[in-house]
Amino acid sequence: MATQVAPLDRRLKRREDFKQRLKRSPLAWAYIAPAGLLMVLITMFPQIFQVWMAFTDYRIQNLRFNVFNSETWEQYAPAMVGIENFVKILTNNLAIENYDFGRLLLFNITWTFTNVIFHVGLGILIALALNSKHLIGRRIYRALFVLPWAIPGYINALTWRNMFDQNFGAINQLLAVLNTNLGTSFATDIRWLEATTPPLGGLLSFLPLAFYALLITNVWLGWPFMTVVATGALQAIPDELYEAAAIDGANAWNKFWSVTVPMIRPAMVPAIMLGTIWTFNNFNVIYFITKGGPFGRTEILVTQAFKLVYEQRIYGVAAAFSLVVFLILLVITLINNRVTRATEAYNA
Amino acid sequence: MREQFTRFLAFFLPSETGREVRAIFVHAWQVRFRLFGRNCVDFFRLTEKGKRVRMDFLKQLGLQVFLLAITLTVMFPILWIFSLALDPRNIDKPLELTLIPPGASFAAFQKVLCEPFMLLCSNPSDLGTCMTFGRLLLNSVLVALGTSLFAVVMGASAAYAFSRFQFVGRQAGMLGFIVLLMLPTTATLAPLYVLLSQIKIAGEPLRTTLIGLSVAYASGTLPFAIWNLKGYFDTVPKELEEAARIDGASVTQTFLRIILPLSVPALAVTVLFSFMTGWTEFVLAWTFLEDPSRFTLAMALRSMQGQFSTPWSEFAAMSILMSIPIVLLFFALQRYLVSGLTVGGVKG
Repeated sequence: MATQVAPLDRRLKRREDFKQRLKRSPLAWAYIAPAGLLMVLITMFPQIFQVWMAFTDYRIQNLRFNVFNSETWEQYAPAMVGIENFVKILTNNLAIENYDFGRLLLFNITWTFTNVIFHVGLGILIALALNSKHLIGRRIYRALFVLPWAIPGYINALTWRNMFDQNFGAINQLLAVLNTNLGTSFATDIRWLEATTPPLGGLLSFLPLAFYALLITNVWLGWPFMTVVATGALQAIPDELYEAAAIDGANAWNKFWSVTVPMIRPAMVPAIMLGTIWTFNNFNVIYFITKGGPFGRTEILVTQAFKLVYEQRIYGVAAAFSLVVFLILLVITLINNRVTRATEAYNA
Repeated sequence: MREQFTRFLAFFLPSETGREVRAIFVHAWQVRFRLFGRNCVDFFRLTEKGKRVRMDFLKQLGLQVFLLAITLTVMFPILWIFSLALDPRNIDKPLELTLIPPGASFAAFQKVLCEPFMLLCSNPSDLGTCMTFGRLLLNSVLVALGTSLFAVVMGASAAYAFSRFQFVGRQAGMLGFIVLLMLPTTATLAPLYVLLSQIKIAGEPLRTTLIGLSVAYASGTLPFAIWNLKGYFDTVPKELEEAARIDGASVTQTFLRIILPLSVPALAVTVLFSFMTGWTEFVLAWTFLEDPSRFTLAMALRSMQGQFSTPWSEFAAMSILMSIPIVLLFFALQRYLVSGLTVGGVKG
């Protein structure tokens, strides 16, 4: 047992360190205070309130409940229902059309991973192309390639929704143009957002055509961010590494996997984690393009949560739902973190 | 390089040409190349091996084809919005794919810029109380600037503390900010509404003011701002600060005089992101603001999406006008974008 206690001098040192840190703490907290106070007030307080709401039967008639005014407590306080909201959510006992928690989760995860894979793959590929030596027109390309990112998301989403229209959308019209000019024979009346028969069968039959339309849209929107991050990382790689690899007889493929990838990974990992969170909660694209249709099959968790608040107006259930989403995201981030760290150790 | 040119030109010029003439040619070519940009010199680079030249040319060609294809996909939706905006027929889905529709005019732009917005009036019977583009623009600029100001000031000070101090609660604090990034805010609108209605400035609830809106947006952008800025501050060498401290500078002085000037790229990214949030958000704004004289461009754009009909040309024109400032800001800050986005900090 005694062996578990650290030697006295080390313990003393640790205590000394702690005292030192405590001494510097007030100044540090002074620096954090403005942001910290704002976050506690604007973000933390409603979040804590949301946790409380999740265990109540908060409905539209409880909206007059005001925490700061004790007169409203008696009359408008919602009834506590314990974990009933959570049970209802997980066992699909909500009186909402097309609600199936398992399907939502499966779709949400598929949506996130396919998107992030395309974002990162395309982002790195384009960054490599833009970063190659002696490229003509580099600046013009760089300027043009931030456009999808720079245009407000709401505008992008609505534009793409119209482009996917069956009769007059630009995508079907583009296919028609290709047909006349190249002699191809694409169907030009594709119901991108409404078709219910899945284009791919088997394991992927839970994905309607709208999923692929959404994927195209969100890949279009998302890769510039990854390109910018990857460009920064690529520019930091010294040429000597490539030269050394060339001397060792590496071809372009080897160079990519044993020089480029390990060197840009430290910058890409946080970007990928951020991208995962953003895509997982990507409200704009889904809500403004398909609204979750057809038949709720492209619904993700946050759009469902939004509908619980603004269409169903069952606030207690919505709060519980938000907490479930948060927990899922937390688990994904932890796994993500674990996986990326594990590979790091493997390489070293 | 000069010898290579001489050799190259000597190949084409008749051998009896005098040395001087040749020298003049060489000079002329060099000037031209200099004007044309270094890339071109490298592009037509002459090495002993003719093969190398061809390789470069083929690679260049391949890259250009690839990048032009990407450019096409990037520009396609954007050009489509342009053609909608120019279309006098006010339709959302034109019948065929044309860049310049029949009877194209800038009428929609003119209407958006000059005429009052009939849906956004303090007093619907009096046109003078309706919002105009100019007044909406002013509100948008105020909100966006306010958001970026709050985000930069608070974000930088908090990030500095996380980057430079070893204090009690550092890990927990940093983790807390990242977790906040993941929390979906759907159901928090109601408590936030109540909270901001309670805080009163000059007899007015904070909720209905532009400052209140900016503060709420800033709290949304802070977690990312702090994360990104902390990562950037970590890359600034500590020695610089230590030297300044020896010369008698206080902690605050080193922060203001050394860290901040060296972190312009990351600060620029923070400004860009928070400005974008303030500029484009409309859900919170619609819920919080009451007086139409405080409405923003994003809200006006949203209000155009009518339940029964949408003036599509005007909507497209407004979208373009709203995107232009953000795109310009992106272009202006582009050189910082690559270096300023360290996303969580590579260096631990």
